[in-house]
Amino acid sequence: MTVATKSKPSRQPSGAGMRFVGGVANYLDERTSISTAVKTLGRKIFPDHWSFMLGEIALYSFVIILLSGTFLTLFFEPSMTEVHYDGSYAPLKGIQMSAAYSSTLNISFDIRGGLLMRQVHHWAALLFVASIGLHMLRVFFTGAFRKPREINWVVGFLLFIMAMAEGFTGYSLPDDLLSGNGLRIIDGMIKGIPGIGLWISYLLFGGEFPGNDVVPRLYMLHIMLLPAIVIALIAVHLVLLIVNKHTQFAGPGRTEKNVVGSPILPVFAAKAGGFFFLVFGVTMLIASLVTINPIWAYGPYDPSPVSAGTQPDWYIGFADGMLRLIPSGWEIVIFGGTLSLNLIVPIVVLMVFLLVVAAYPFFEAWVTGDKREHHIAERPRNAPTRTAIGAAGVTFYGVLWAAASSDLIATHFRTTIEGVIVTLQVLLIVGPFIAFWLTKKVALALQRKDRELVLHGYESSRIVRLPGGEYREIHTPLDEFEQWKLVSFDEYQPEVLRPNARGKITVGARLRTGLSSFYFEDRIAPVTKPELESASQH
Amino acid sequence: MATSPRRGRRHPLASIALLLVGLFASGGAYALFTGAATAADNVPSAAQVENGKALFAANCASCHGLNAEGTKAGPSLVGVGALAVEFQVGTGRMPMAGSGPQAEKKPVQFAQDEIDAMAAWVASLAPGPGMPDAEYLSGGDASNGAELFRINCAMCHNVAGAGGALTEGKFAPNLHNIDPVHIYAAMVTGPQNMPVFSDMNITPEEKRDIIAYLKFMDENGSVGGLDLGALGPVSEGLFVWIFALGGLVAITIWLTAKSN
Repeated sequence: MTVATKSKPSRQPSGAGMRFVGGVANYLDERTSISTAVKTLGRKIFPDHWSFMLGEIALYSFVIILLSGTFLTLFFEPSMTEVHYDGSYAPLKGIQMSAAYSSTLNISFDIRGGLLMRQVHHWAALLFVASIGLHMLRVFFTGAFRKPREINWVVGFLLFIMAMAEGFTGYSLPDDLLSGNGLRIIDGMIKGIPGIGLWISYLLFGGEFPGNDVVPRLYMLHIMLLPAIVIALIAVHLVLLIVNKHTQFAGPGRTEKNVVGSPILPVFAAKAGGFFFLVFGVTMLIASLVTINPIWAYGPYDPSPVSAGTQPDWYIGFADGMLRLIPSGWEIVIFGGTLSLNLIVPIVVLMVFLLVVAAYPFFEAWVTGDKREHHIAERPRNAPTRTAIGAAGVTFYGVLWAAASSDLIATHFRTTIEGVIVTLQVLLIVGPFIAFWLTKKVALALQRKDRELVLHGYESSRIVRLPGGEYREIHTPLDEFEQWKLVSFDEYQPEVLRPNARGKITVGARLRTGLSSFYFEDRIAPVTKPELESASQH
Repeated sequence: MATSPRRGRRHPLASIALLLVGLFASGGAYALFTGAATAADNVPSAAQVENGKALFAANCASCHGLNAEGTKAGPSLVGVGALAVEFQVGTGRMPMAGSGPQAEKKPVQFAQDEIDAMAAWVASLAPGPGMPDAEYLSGGDASNGAELFRINCAMCHNVAGAGGALTEGKFAPNLHNIDPVHIYAAMVTGPQNMPVFSDMNITPEEKRDIIAYLKFMDENGSVGGLDLGALGPVSEGLFVWIFALGGLVAITIWLTAKSN
């Protein structure tokens, strides 16, 4: 297509405008050699699949967050100085509050477009973290974290953590009752860390909670330090994406050595640009129609009231859920101090969960011993154990997430909160095992179905009687494109335990072979060429 | 013990008798009130009390006892006052639809004059909280009310009045669009699991402020758009996953769809 436009120079405007553009391009190129970069980048190929655009949603919502956040900084006052509110919202008139809360109320009620910008900022923030989550799930379930992309998985993971930190610091800035309750919970968790907890808490809050310092400090983190880290990580993430090339799903003509899709310039860039505006449009539409975080309804922060139904934004929900599911009374008094296991255990469980997520690519690489590069994305069913592990992880996270709304589940489904908690406690432990078992069965069954389809084709529902009197259903074979998708995947075999060079069997080797058979013992072999040929004979 | 009143209530002529009593009472009350409408609220007539007693016997006595002395199925109502009757019957909580963690709101089962009659009879048994003066039900300072609400009410009813869960399946209901007299009555009488907020604790003027705040929220609605049930971050999170991300995923599928 690009060749076609180049071959018709007569249609290009050859007036002053074109000469100016050419001149500027030349000027820039002579000083920066940018044309080389544009040429290389422009020829980068991106494959087309809907699930490859989830990361783009995250990137674009981050741009929206930056734009709307810039607007908010013009009017937000990050200060805990006590003021008496004198704005338009009647039920808070004359009430003593911090300047932070008062200025957020002003943004909402007295600054033109302020409420819309607040809602855009907050909805885009929720969307940012949600799309990162979905993007991570896509990468996980298609095995796109395998060599050479392990580092980029870690970068992406750090972005997820940073996005949560950005979200939480932003949620706490307005200094309303809801966010203050959230901050109090974090303060409590920090204080629960044995030995250093109290010190950290005093350091963070500049004295006893809530103090007068936490909002300006969180503001600094929220608008300077964390965004800088996020932008740097995004840059690394994108550079690595270009260096590693994008994965693609198997298909005719697609190999480990090529990428089939559209070049960045012009097709992909145009598509991505358009998609940015679609993301922007959807965010704007939601922000203008649906309210989010109505801080005026919550009132200014005051340490004494705690509201029923206090929840964090969704991405912190799993941590809140963990706190809710820990049985009460897990405390030990030793050496005159209280060891709050009901806080330490949740912190440890959450840390371990996140570390497992971050380290999974390295773990799987160790188990498989696979040193090859992988550029073909796997279909989840073709890696049954990994998919099952992922499903178990999603279940674990999902139960914690649901637990954060245990009170709302109880009131809305007319049941007891104790019943909800106990059910979720059981599910937190049993659920991942059930999910693992079920997912693995389903994945293997789907693989069997694929195999069956490749070898015997679709049942055509046409039954014919053969001359001998035998009845037979005619099977329609798959076309070659379909077939390609179903037969081209890697098959791993469980490792066999062998002594190493020094003739010893190490514990590590034993563990590895054990895990290897856990991963690959149950497997469906891809259809081989001879099988395919013999199947097409009859 | 409880069988004899039951049999009496089911006597074939009982409903006719009740109807007659009701007609006489309401007719008499009508004549009385149209004659002297002023002090009628505070001083119930003997006929009204009698009517209330009959209504109580027919509708409430099976649980609360014929003399409101209480049974195993329901507490004594001696001394709860007219306001408790107004709250429980006037919001449809009583007569109770069925036993459960707590009596729930439902369509009101009685006309206002019948509720007043039962209230008058219950109030005649022993002194208890009576109907508030009209001046405490409207007007008031919403911002003071909001602050009092956050300190005294938000821990169960949620800071935005959306309600919340209590133990064993009980819950604090949401406070949207409640009749001012019932808000006042709830604070004074402490129905179900709610504590009593006496006049020593929250003065009648402060109760009026709280009512003013709740009414402000009813009348002004959500300024930012759909409020998603005013449930806070949970409904916001569900919305962003289902509609925002769901919608965008639909768009990505559309963008990468192969043209036919």
